[in-house]
Amino acid sequence: MSAPSPENYAVVTREVDTIPIAYPHPVIWAICFGAALVLFTLFLIGVGATFRYGIGMWGNDIPVGWGIAISNYIWFLGIGHAGTLISALLLLTGTSRRNALSRFAEAMTLFAVICAGLYPLIHLGRPWLFYWMAPYPNSMTIEPQFRSPLAWDFFAVLTYLTVSALFWYIGIIPDLAAVRDRARKRWQQVFYGLLSLGWRGSARHWARWDEAYRLTAVIAIPLVVSVHSEISLLFAAGPIPGWTSTVFPPYFVLGAAFSGFAVVSMISVILRHALKLGDLVTERHLDLLGKLLLATGLMTAYGYWSEVFDTLYGGDSQELATLHDRIAGEYAWSYWGALIANFVPLQLLWWKRFRVNPWSLFLIGLAVAIGMWLERYMLLVVTLYRDYLVSSWGHYHPSVWEWMIFVGMIGVFLAPFLLFVRFLPVISAFEVKAAIFKGEEPRHA
Amino acid sequence: MHEPGGDQPIFGMMAEFDRPERLVEAARQARQARFRALDAYSPFPIEELTEILELHDNRVPILTAVGGFLGAALGFTLQAYTNLAFPIDIGGRPLIAIPAFLLITFELGVLGAVLATILGMLVLNRLPRLHHPVFDVETFHLASTDKFFLIIFSIDRRFDAEGTREFLMGLRPHRIDLLTQPAARS
Repeated sequence: MSAPSPENYAVVTREVDTIPIAYPHPVIWAICFGAALVLFTLFLIGVGATFRYGIGMWGNDIPVGWGIAISNYIWFLGIGHAGTLISALLLLTGTSRRNALSRFAEAMTLFAVICAGLYPLIHLGRPWLFYWMAPYPNSMTIEPQFRSPLAWDFFAVLTYLTVSALFWYIGIIPDLAAVRDRARKRWQQVFYGLLSLGWRGSARHWARWDEAYRLTAVIAIPLVVSVHSEISLLFAAGPIPGWTSTVFPPYFVLGAAFSGFAVVSMISVILRHALKLGDLVTERHLDLLGKLLLATGLMTAYGYWSEVFDTLYGGDSQELATLHDRIAGEYAWSYWGALIANFVPLQLLWWKRFRVNPWSLFLIGLAVAIGMWLERYMLLVVTLYRDYLVSSWGHYHPSVWEWMIFVGMIGVFLAPFLLFVRFLPVISAFEVKAAIFKGEEPRHA
Repeated sequence: MHEPGGDQPIFGMMAEFDRPERLVEAARQARQARFRALDAYSPFPIEELTEILELHDNRVPILTAVGGFLGAALGFTLQAYTNLAFPIDIGGRPLIAIPAFLLITFELGVLGAVLATILGMLVLNRLPRLHHPVFDVETFHLASTDKFFLIIFSIDRRFDAEGTREFLMGLRPHRIDLLTQPAARS
């Protein structure tokens, strides 16, 4: 391998850091952003109606008190986890393939966690009292119930949002400085100058930055595990058949990573195509994503199997009834839909041909995202609509407002993500350069 | 303080290199020539520089540990205090329910550790600092692209304008700049 020449470093900077300054396809971007804003408007209308007339506008009622607001909360949060995992795990294992993926995967985390965090808030009957979830000195002599997973949720999600935002931000500072240095327009120089905090690439700064970045990564991994385990305890703390399996925490964490890797795969394929980043996000990266998707998918499949085994081996009649409801009840479509969409197309990833082909990876990722949505729906609704007493059985059908908020929430995710793609460096250029220097990036050497 | 203060008319002497290997070699030679007040600027982190310039700062991991410990202590104390100050007796269950309190304790520990690490890193780096004398060098905007800089600060005991320039010339840099301070210039 020949020594890396200086041109290679400049090529990486040109490819990545020029995008925010002179975006290559402003018209296509504007169309996408317009569409995202339409969705965002739907969200505002749906939430506006909900706040104006109350959650009676929704289809959830006793016994199914949660509905798609909470299943979507778990789905969005799960998607978010993959960004942290992919970035932190690959950083600590020293995989150079991380560099092209980490930035937009972490941005996905940030916006997915915001979407997730909004759901419990709009699901509150009196959302203007949301701050009652926080412990603060008050004249009501009343405090949060710290023994409840619902109180844990508040701390877990806020911590996760803060940590993923900071992790993403310190990772992007050096690239913001590179954009600042290439910017020619005044507003760009001021904008990127302020955001990059005056970063100048000093060796002293790099040394501390590196320590801080790695330490945060080390802490972020158990944080992800704790957050989604805690989500599963929201279920497991309810004494209802179908929610008591001990496999729940790992099953939830792995399912979260699975759905998130699916969405990262989809985003990688789209960005690589739209921004012509084919030589930075290479087939090796798609291959890695395909393998991660397959591995976490198989582990999630173990969770399905383990749940069924638990129920059959335990022999509890109520648990067996819930299992029957899943397989053949009113909402059996969600169980079979999840099983098929999650695990059938996934098997194609055993072949490298399908892992490195952007189209097949995209479609398999889409199937998994839908399948995991159905799984969250199934876990919630099928358990809640029939509990021990026949007298408390009921049905759940989401109302048009819930669907509107869900579709709109995708706009809440897409609008800031598109702003990120348009105005910030989507790939960690300086880490790619560091990998070239260390000879880990054969492409440019 | 490893950098000259604003009262020094001369800030330092900066040499530009077009390869990271050359910068690493230059830093090594500067250390061998007993220069102490040095810094380097590069578009990406270079571990060798951290070694050569002895830049390991263990205050960052210490901050992580202290922040994590304080956060966790705050989390547990918050829950214990609240339950003692506003007791609710539910069938004689313990007011201080340690297992149930650990998740929030852990989350706040994580929050404290990460905040201390990242904010501490920024404070130790004296960032944000939007302007700095090195930005005056004409080609310094390439320090984030593909150029590599070594600076010898004027506070170094061995610094003198002529001798230092001669030393840096010996490293065969792309260019050399003498950095003066804005206050001294006017």
